[in-house]
Order: sequence, then C-alpha cells, then structure tokens
Amino acid sequence: MPGADKNTDLSERIEAFLADLKRGGTGAGPLRGSAETARETTALLRRITAQARWSSAGDLMEIIRKEGRRMTAAQPSETTVGNMVRRVLKIIREEYARSRGSSEETDQQESLHKLLTSGGLSEENFRQHFPTLKANVIEAINELLTELEGTTYNIAMQALEHIHSNEVIMTIGRSRTVEDFLKDAARKRKFHVIVAECAPFCQGHKMATSLSQAEIETTVIPDAAIFAVMSRVNKVIIGTQTVLANGGLRAVNGTHTLALAAKHHSTPLIVCAPMFKLSPQVPYFPFSPSHSYEQRSVTHSLWWVRREILSKVNVYCPVFDYVPPELITLFISNIGGNAPSYIYRLMSELYHPEDHEL
Amino acid sequence: MADSGVTDGAEKKEDITRVKNEGKELSKEEKQRLRKEKKSQKKNKEKKDEQDALASEREKNCAPSTLSQPAAHKEPAASPPVQAAVSEPPAPAAGAPPADKPAKSKAELKAERRARQEAERASKPGKKGDPGPQSTAGKPKAPPSELQPVVKRLPEHVQVDNPEVLKKLAKKLERQQIPLRSDYGYKVSLFSHLHQYSRKAPLTQQLSIPSTVIHPVIVRLGLQYSQGIVAGSNARSVALLHAFKQVIRDYVTPPNEELSRDMVNKLKPYISFLNQCRPLSASMGNAIKYIKKEISNIPSQCKEEEAKTKLQDCIDRYIREKIVLAASAISKYAIEKISDGDVILVYGCSSLVNHILCEASEKHRKFRVIVVDSRPRLEGREALRRLVKHGISCTYVLISALSYVLPEVSKVFLGAHALLANGYVMSRVGTSQIALVAKAFNVPVLVCCETYKFCERVQTDSFVSNELDDPDDLMVTRKGKTQLEGWQQVSQLGLLNLVYDVTPPDFVDLVITDLGMIPCTSVPVVLRVKNVDQ
Repeated sequence: MPGADKNTDLSERIEAFLADLKRGGTGAGPLRGSAETARETTALLRRITAQARWSSAGDLMEIIRKEGRRMTAAQPSETTVGNMVRRVLKIIREEYARSRGSSEETDQQESLHKLLTSGGLSEENFRQHFPTLKANVIEAINELLTELEGTTYNIAMQALEHIHSNEVIMTIGRSRTVEDFLKDAARKRKFHVIVAECAPFCQGHKMATSLSQAEIETTVIPDAAIFAVMSRVNKVIIGTQTVLANGGLRAVNGTHTLALAAKHHSTPLIVCAPMFKLSPQVPYFPFSPSHSYEQRSVTHSLWWVRREILSKVNVYCPVFDYVPPELITLFISNIGGNAPSYIYRLMSELYHPEDHEL
Repeated sequence: MADSGVTDGAEKKEDITRVKNEGKELSKEEKQRLRKEKKSQKKNKEKKDEQDALASEREKNCAPSTLSQPAAHKEPAASPPVQAAVSEPPAPAAGAPPADKPAKSKAELKAERRARQEAERASKPGKKGDPGPQSTAGKPKAPPSELQPVVKRLPEHVQVDNPEVLKKLAKKLERQQIPLRSDYGYKVSLFSHLHQYSRKAPLTQQLSIPSTVIHPVIVRLGLQYSQGIVAGSNARSVALLHAFKQVIRDYVTPPNEELSRDMVNKLKPYISFLNQCRPLSASMGNAIKYIKKEISNIPSQCKEEEAKTKLQDCIDRYIREKIVLAASAISKYAIEKISDGDVILVYGCSSLVNHILCEASEKHRKFRVIVVDSRPRLEGREALRRLVKHGISCTYVLISALSYVLPEVSKVFLGAHALLANGYVMSRVGTSQIALVAKAFNVPVLVCCETYKFCERVQTDSFVSNELDDPDDLMVTRKGKTQLEGWQQVSQLGLLNLVYDVTPPDFVDLVITDLGMIPCTSVPVVLRVKNVDQ
C-alpha cells in the first residue's frame, strides 16, 4: 500500500540520516559542513511534513519535535540540526496563525498587556484543521531552503566592505564561509592572510592551500606563534561552529587564545556566521567535559608515546572553545553585520521561545 | 706626529675650550687633526699608564656586554683610550675650575671622538669594533655610564636583507675557510631580514675532509646544533663549554706567539662555524665572552701547561657556579612557592623547570603537572617523560587546549632563553601566549632563569631578532595525506616556523633567579650589579 511504503521509506531515510550524524561526529564517516547538515535536515523535515500522517498543526509539531529530539541526541555538538527543527516549528506556527486569519504580531509576542488581559494560559493548542496548511508549510520550508543555499554567497558579497588593500588578516583552522569570504575579496583587492594551523588535525593547512590557489598570499603558522605575529595583523576573521544566545561562540579550539590575543592588540575580531548557526543555547559555567565540550580521538596527538608512559598520563583533546561576547567585534551573517549585543534580538525573530527546549 | 705630550695636551685643551665656547660641531679637518693628536697622545699615555692596572680592570669591565664579542687582542688597544679618558679628565678637572659640568662636556666630546675612531677602526676588515668606551665609571664625580652614547654593531644574523653585510660575511668566512650556509625556501616578507636554513642541508656537507681549520669536536657540536640533537639554552651552553675545554686541551701554542692572543684567534673561526650551523643563543654569547676574557687575562709569562689547566678550571667553575649551583639555588626558592594540592602548568621542555619539579616531588610536595606542548617541535614529550619517571602525575595537552585546562591551574612555571634589559622575556615561541591566557584567567606566571642568561639587548616584538627554523617541519601527514607537500611550488604560500618570542613584563608576575626572586623590570639592576662585581 502506498501509505505504508511511504512510511517505511520515510523512517528509513530518517534512520539513515541519524546514522550519518552519529558517524560524522566520530570523524569516521564523511565529514560534512554545517551548511550541508542544515540543508539535509531541512529537506528531511520537508519530507516528513509531506509524507507523515498528521491532521492538525499540533500533530505535525509533535512529530517534528520528536524527530528533532532524536536527531539532536544523535549528535549533540551539531547544533544546526536543532536550529533547523526550531525554524521549521516557527514556520508551522506562523502558517497556522496566518491560516487562522489572526495577525502575526499579537500572537507571537507576549506583551504585558496581553498577559494581564488574557488571564491564564494561552488557548493556543493548534488543533484546528486547515486543508491548505500542508501546502503553505511546504512552500515556506522551500523558501527556507533557498535562503540556506544563498547564505555563503550573501556573506561573501559583503567582503569588500570589510577588507581593504594591503591588509594582513589572520584566521584559524578551516571554515568554508571564511574561505569564500576571502576569495571574494581577493578578486578585487590584494591582501595577505595568515592561517593558524589548529593542531592536532591541522585543518589550517587545507585552508592555506586553497587560499593560495586563489592567488592570495598566505602564510601558515603553528598555533604557538599566534600571539607572536598578532602585532602585525590588521583584522582577525574567523568562522565558528555555533553562535550562542548571549553572543558568544562555540568555535574550534584555539579560538579563545586567538580572541584574547586580538583583544590585547585591539585588533577587530570578525565572525562570519550564517544565521542557521545561531542557537538558543547558553554556555554553562563552569565548563565541564560532560556538557558542551567534546573530545576527539587523541590518537593523533599521542602516536609517539610509549605504552609505559601512556598509562600514567591523562591526555585531553577538546574540540571546541568558548569565546565570550566581549572579545568579539562584529558578526557578519547573511542578513548583514551585527554587534554581539544584538544577537539575542535576532534569535527572538528566528525561534519561538517555547521551542528553545525541544 | 708631535712627540711632546704636554704641548699636545695644551693644544687639545685649547681646541676643547674653543669648541665649547663656539658651541658648534667640529668640522671634518678638525676632527682628523684631533684624531691624529689623540693617537700620538695615546702612544705616550701607554707607557705612562701601565701602572694603572686597577683602573684598567674596572674600565674593561664597564664596557657594555653586547652580542658582538669584543676581540681580546683589541682590548689592550682599547684600554689605553679608556685609560686616557680616566687620566685626562682628572687632569683638566684639577687644573680648570672644578665644576662638574665642564668636565662632563669634555668627556662627552672625547667619548664622541673616540667612538668615531672606534667606528673607523671597526670598519676595517677582520677587526671587530669594541663598543663605545665607558669612560665615566672610573670618574669619581661623573654621572653613571648609561648616559654615554654607545656605538653598537648590529649582529649579522638580523641583517640578511642587506647585501653589503652579506658580502662582508662571505669574505670573512672565506678568510676563515668556513663554508657559507645558503638560505632555503620562500621566506615570509616580514622576516626577510633573518636567515632560514634547511635541516636537510647541514653545513658539514660542505666541509672538506679532513678539515684542518676546525677542530673535529667543534664540527660534531655544530652538527648536533643544526640537527636539533642538542637543544635548549643550558644544554647548548654546557656542550659548547665542554667542547672548548677539549679545544684548549689540544691546543699547542705556535712559536713566537702569545697564548692569550693566539688562542682567541683560533677560537674565532670556530665561533663563526657554530654561528653558521645555528645562530648563537644569548647564554652561549655570555659564555664565550667569559672565556675570551679569561684567556686574555692570562699573564704572558705563564707557562702553557699551567695556562691550559687554569683555563679548564675556569670553565669548570663557570659551569658549576652559573648553571649547576644556580639551578639548586633557584629550585630552593621555587619550592617555597609550590604548595600541596597545586596544579602546575609547564610549557615545552625547560631543563630548569623540570629540575625544580623533580626536586619538589622528592621533597614530598603533593602536586600535579599539566604539560602543554606545541607543534612542530613537540618538546613537551621529553618533559613528560622526565616527569613521569619521577612519579609525578601529569596531564598532556596541546597549546590550543589552553583555555580548557587553565581554569583548574594554580600556577604557571616557565623557562626562559634570555631575559632582556627592558624586562621582556625571550623564550620558546608560545610562551607569550601562555602568559597572556594565564593573565586573562588570573593565574600567576613565574619565570625561572639563571643570571648568566641575562642580556643587555632590548626588544619589544618577536620580529626584529628571532630565528627561523626549517619550514618543512610544519608539514604533517594526516590520514595518509600531506596537505602542504608541494608548498614550494605554490608561489603564494609561505610557511613560518618561528623559534622564539618575547613576553612583555606585565604578563610575568615573578622571576626566580639564583640571586633571589625579582620582578621582571629589575633585570637591568642585576646586570649592573654583575658588571660592577666583575
């Protein structure tokens, strides 16, 4: 029966996606960038909307929430998955509200007046059935997908506003967004890029070869030399894995040191992050390994150690660093440039407060 | 040249008063004339001042110690003008109205003229210029010596972008029969004034076998330096001193030569060779200065065997006092700072810091250590091995994980390659980064350094004077793929492998030396105390 086939086909796809996410975290599977993950998540959510059985918006939101929880549990550090789920939930709410005919503002925002006059819980339970809801939601998700596809281009377009000629720019590790940003600027301007290699995986090397092939003068430095050369750097441009709700970053390890060195020399720190990386998480204090840090396999840094020493030594190899918002000068996203203090506002436009906890 | 010193002196005084009254710069002819008079005066003064042994001793020691090693045979020549300065100012000061100001301005002019003479003499090939003479230390009324203008010669290894300097160096090496090492690879434009060598092309490949000019123990030492087998400033200095001991043992004075002059001449090509293998460190520079001084202090009537034993004893004493005993003194002070339950962070492999930690664990202090390491040298592995052997519980991280481990660290112990006169700490690249992040987390930073590594140089950034290591070291193979394999072919790609960096003094809380625990800014005080003592 077509219904059953659709269901099994859907669940197969979901399982395949979950398996991919799990493997991607350990580094064994194909490494995917956040943009790809976002696109695939959104495509999967569109498929769920199209193929799953639901009658009202509330049902759909339940299904998506359930799948979203499973997906975020598969790979907690890949926050774009959760972000896309929350975006889709917000889309569903908006479409539902539009179908109901009420204007969006009064429903979305909790004003003090509304709290006083409503006198109780919100009556919104999304139980009403609208025949056009499915089509509207799918159309809105398509728009979201288009937006996702254009993020890198939109960010790269702003490059010439921020880079002047004969500048020395520093970056760390490998970020596709920053790579395209710099390559776009290099078409019209000549500047110099210093890449910190970011041991132990040394993604900086790939970034450097890619930039030098685009005729940008590049230098590779080891992580230990970041502070030593910072005095000659005009700007620091980095990518990030996640932008947190307070304007801080969860970025590749070594970024905190880079940010501190930039602050010491009063060098502006610019973060190129598309909007789908914005996450409603807040950093936990103090950090502990069980929370937001993840440890990659340490074999890369330890292949040289003899067994008798290895048994007596603890080795840590964290993947991410937390960078507080005071160290960041500017966020460049696909919707323009923003100060870190404005991030909370952008977040409230992207996600509904009730979706922050899936 | 006129031979009567008295009339010359009188003429000189007239010139000086004339200039002082007119208050304008001496013209070129006047300068030359004065120079000639000066030379003739010097000849007379040399005979007169041989009894001024004590004054000469103090003069020599007041000369600022720079990286350019003053040739021992020039010192007898240099001391007469210095002594002349000592004896002359008292003479006019006694005769003329005893105001401090006239004496000072005369001395200043004299010093300027002498400095010009020295510069002239220094520009002749084969002679190294003594830095400007310190005339004022012996004067009772004069202000301290730092106010005198000092003519310093910039070391060759930071002038690679100057073709004249390179030509001069090539000529000098040719004369000493030492091969010139050629630079390797694309150099980042910010560092075009520094050498960059490849480890795969050691200097010894260009030497003819057998080498008659260079002692084999020096050849071995040079190879060990260039391949990184002997690394770390203490290790390099000790190896250098042992090698020189062997050289002294095998030395035979040629007929009609004085040991004190000839041995220094023999040592010069060795030093150039070692410099070509790997630029000399500050500690090595100070050790060489000490040896040269000791050699030139050997009285001429001393027998050869006696002299050689004396020199070897001097070297042994230097090693014992400045390195070994200093290490015990420093660990005594440092152990006071280590309390039970401490978490101590160390960076790379500093022999001194490892020594301190091992002693502390022997004294049954309970602490654990976090060893921070960095590519491409990965020296922390050696430190880890030594500490684990002593039973200290250790953690190992790379420098990019610094922000992750620092919240639980109570102290940071760092070693130093040299301490500069403006309070900056020159150490392995990455040290300044550790100090910066530790400061941000409010963790105290303690630097441990022996006094023989203190240096008169000043530096504010890591660019003007540094060492560039082999850029191929940055290449790494991950999952069977080497990203930077063909970096030489890509025109726009450069690899930068710095060896040292400078840490500003506001990041360092305390410096532990064998003289005690001092703040970073007290380094010039220690240098001055050392100079006066010697």
